[in-house]
Amino acid sequence: MPTKDEVFQKVRSTLVDALNVDEDEVTPSARLRGDLNAESIDFLDIVFRLEKQFGVKIPREELFPESIFQGDADFVADGKVTPKGLAELQERMPFADLSEFRKDPRLDKMEDLFTVDLIVNYLQRKLGG
Amino acid sequence: MRWLWIDRFTAFEPGRSAAAVKCLSHAEDHFADHLPGFPVMPAPLILEGLAQTGGILVGQAHRYEKNVVLAKMAAKFHREAFPGEVLTYTATAVDLGETGARVAGEARVGGELVAEADILFAFPTADQLPPDLPDTKFVFGGEMAQLLRQAESVAAGASGRPP
Repeated sequence: MPTKDEVFQKVRSTLVDALNVDEDEVTPSARLRGDLNAESIDFLDIVFRLEKQFGVKIPREELFPESIFQGDADFVADGKVTPKGLAELQERMPFADLSEFRKDPRLDKMEDLFTVDLIVNYLQRKLGG
Repeated sequence: MRWLWIDRFTAFEPGRSAAAVKCLSHAEDHFADHLPGFPVMPAPLILEGLAQTGGILVGQAHRYEKNVVLAKMAAKFHREAFPGEVLTYTATAVDLGETGARVAGEARVGGELVAEADILFAFPTADQLPPDLPDTKFVFGGEMAQLLRQAESVAAGASGRPP
């Protein structure tokens, strides 16, 4: 089983290739959109590359879900994720660290959840870590 | 001008690879300006041909039921291509997914490598399309239809030569 650092090293090289960024920009806390300028199409690219790099299958909506809140109108109110929505988010993305997001769960801040560390956590769980 | 940058398929293995040819002729308007006195095939049009070869490969793998759009491309060029030459495009499926596909492409003249490209296609769903674009699998309509039929016939074992 790879260590967290081994997973991180491979994720970093994947992101360097997919996003054309420098290695030192890819820190654990770097946000894919906010810091590494990933666009929506890059998420598809990243998933393909991770599947190859780690030999895993990443089902649609698992790592980068897009439609979590579409199932229930009670998940979001006034542009904020409700407690019910947060519970759903935690359930669907157990690999995400929601502690910061809970303080100010504005929907437009949700993209900040998608950090390099989130990918590493996801893969560690996937690989049985 | 018609936006078809391949002339015909010469090989088609569904879900795996496709090969197509493009004959370059002085009669094509773009050679007049690109470049004056030194006609060479514009690089973006070589990439367009490669993308059409790869796009039909991945479109066919989903029975043309998805919108296939070119999302990302990284290319490397090795030499120019000139009027009178025949470009052979090969596209090999690297990843075929539900939301997109990756294709490795090569353009050659005879045995000589002209360009290589890594091409990422996305399959936007109806709600991901721009509001003014109907969900009609637009890429595979119109003038492209004849090429699709020709690709199917090559896949079924035809030689790729005209009848």
